Amino acid sequence: MATHSEVKAKIEAALPGALVEVEDLTGKMDHFSVKVGSAAFEGKTLVEQHQMIYQALGMGTREEIHALAIQTYKP
Amino acid sequence: MLVPNEVKLEKPATPFNVQQVIKKLVDENQLIVFMKGNSMFPQCGFSAQVVEIFKRMGVEYKTFDALQDEVIRAEIKHFANWPTLPQVYYKQKFIGGCDIVTELYQNGELDKMLAA
Repeated sequence: MATHSEVKAKIEAALPGALVEVEDLTGKMDHFSVKVGSAAFEGKTLVEQHQMIYQALGMGTREEIHALAIQTYKP
Repeated sequence: MLVPNEVKLEKPATPFNVQQVIKKLVDENQLIVFMKGNSMFPQCGFSAQVVEIFKRMGVEYKTFDALQDEVIRAEIKHFANWPTLPQVYYKQKFIGGCDIVTELYQNGELDKMLAA
């Protein structure tokens, strides 16, 4: 389980200066949608950008967050 | 039951051969989706969405149901350093999960990529 603000804080900690919007899709803290804008995405593929988000959230092999929709952009 | 586009293994993968088994699936199928369920009965909305995109595009694709093989389901996360399903591979390269494939479809890049 992760709260909305935990998700936001983890991404902001990993990508300083990032613009982070988080939506809890079900209200059950297991399906989130995140939209992240960061200069750190410059020169990275979409796969790499999404991997940066997964890593920020510590989503290795754990399935604490069942589903995460990700949208990234360069501000 | 025979489901169109579905690839099945003769024997389940073992912890000893799982990496080779995944590599072989990716090598032998130009466009393959590791998903939950199959094209007729997807077991997750994200997997269903990817299949729907390929159906609409009319491209030839294969699916592998990771729910049918626990060893592959666990290892596929490490294979492309990607924690979730579905995972799409084209010409042996990981191109993304549901969000990326949807984005590439919507901005027209998927068409170009699959035509290459």
